[in-house]
Amino acid sequence: MKLSYYPGCTLKNHAKNFEDSALCSLKKLDVGVEELPRWNCCGTVFSLSTDDLIHHVAPIRNLIRVKEQNNNKVMTLCAMCYNTLKRANQRVKDNPEDLQKINDFMYREKIKYEGDVEVLHLLEILQNDIKLENIAKKVKKPLKGLKVASYYGCMLVRPKNIGFDDMENPNSMDNLMSALEAQPVEFPYKTECCGAYQTVDNQELVAERTFQILSSAQSQGADVVVASCPLCVFNLDQRQKKTRQIYPEFKNIPVLYFTQLLAIALGCANKSLRLDLHYIDPNPILKEKGLI
Amino acid sequence: MKTIISRQKIRSPFVAKVEELSGQNLLACYQCGKCSAGCPAISQMDLPPNQVIRYAQLGLKDELINSNTMWICASCLTCNVRCPKGINIAEVMEALRQVLLRQRKDHVDINKLSTKEKSELPPIALVGNFRKTTS
Ligand code: SF4
Ligand code: SF4
Repeated sequence: MKLSYYPGCTLKNHAKNFEDSALCSLKKLDVGVEELPRWNCCGTVFSLSTDDLIHHVAPIRNLIRVKEQNNNKVMTLCAMCYNTLKRANQRVKDNPEDLQKINDFMYREKIKYEGDVEVLHLLEILQNDIKLENIAKKVKKPLKGLKVASYYGCMLVRPKNIGFDDMENPNSMDNLMSALEAQPVEFPYKTECCGAYQTVDNQELVAERTFQILSSAQSQGADVVVASCPLCVFNLDQRQKKTRQIYPEFKNIPVLYFTQLLAIALGCANKSLRLDLHYIDPNPILKEKGLI
Repeated sequence: MKTIISRQKIRSPFVAKVEELSGQNLLACYQCGKCSAGCPAISQMDLPPNQVIRYAQLGLKDELINSNTMWICASCLTCNVRCPKGINIAEVMEALRQVLLRQRKDHVDINKLSTKEKSELPPIALVGNFRKTTS
C-alpha cells in the first residue's frame, strides 16, 4: 500500500524544493507515495480557544481524504501542517462530542471521521519505519565534511503529546545527518521560535531571531542550517536580508530543508533540489564540499 | 502608574471569558516566572507572560488589552511545556486576542500590505498571520 501524502499549500510554491527533494528521496528509498486527492489548507495554526471548533473542520476534512484512499496513515513534510493535523486529530479523539459536531457540519462527506487516522511526519517515518541504518546503506554520496546545524523550531516538538522527539533537546534530524555522514553541529537555539507568522507584520522581530539562531549555529562551526518547516526556512533564509541591515557584521549562511541534503546523499538529480528557490545561495558551499 | 485592584474587577465577566476561552485556571499560577524566563519574545513585550497571568487574575482588563504582549506572542508553546503548574499560557494569550478579535478589533490590516509583500510571502505566513491577527 502506498503512503498517503498531505503536502499543504506552501509545498506547492515557495517550498517546492522541500517537496521535490522529499519525493525524490522517498523514491530512492523505494517508498511509494500517493498525494491525497482534493486536499485543502489545514489552516496552518491550531486553534487554541476552547470553543473554536470551526477551525478544526479543515484539518479533519483532510483526514477524511486519507480514509477515502483506504489508508489510515498520512505523511506530512511541513512541520506546521503536521502539528495542526495531529492536534486537531487528538482533540476529536479526546472529545467525541466535538467529533460529532464536526461530522454533522460536514454532512455532505460520504465518510464519517472516527479519529482513526495516524498523522506522521517524514522524519518520524525515516527514523521508525524505514530506519536510519537502511538509509545509511543507500547513501551514494556521503555528506563528508559538511557541518550541519539542525533547527527544529516549535511545531515538530511542542506540545509534548504531539512531538515525536525530545521536547527540549531533539535529535532526530541530527541522527539523520549522521546517517548521511554529515557532521551534526549542536547549538542551543535549535528549538527557539523563529517568530513564525510575525514575519508578515513584524519583520524586525523575525530578523532579530534569525540573527540569534543563525549566529549561534555559526559560532559552533555550522556550514549550513537545515529545518523541516517552510515558515522557519522562509524566515531564516529570506529574512537574512533584513538581518544584515540591522547587523551589518552578520555573515550569511545557507538554510536548507533536511530533505535536500537527504536527496543529495541518495543520489537524486540536482533538479530535484531546486536550489534556485533560496535567497542565500547554497551552491558555493555544496560545490566546495564536492556534493553537487 | 496607579493600578486599582477591586473585587468587581477580579470577578468581572472579562476574567470569566478569558478563563472560558483559554480553558485555564488562572488562579493556579504561583508566579514562579518560568514562563517568562523561557519566552523568546519577552524583550519586545510590554508585559512579560507571568505578569499577563497575574493581571488576568486581578482582572486588569485595560492594562492587558492595551499591552502588545498577546500580539508579540507567536504561540511557540515554550511557556506551556515548562510551566510547573500545567498552565497553558499560550492559550491565555489566544483568549486575549480572541476577546479583541471577536469585537472586530483587528491587529493587522490586510489592505495595508503591498502587492509585493503579498507575493513574496509564502501562504503559510499569510494564512497563519491572518488567522491570529484578524477577525
Ligand atoms: S510558569 Fe506557570 S506558574 Fe510560573 S509564572 Fe508562568 S504561568 Fe505562573
Ligand atoms: S507561547 Fe508566547 S508567551 Fe509563551 S513562550 Fe512562546 S511567545 Fe512567549
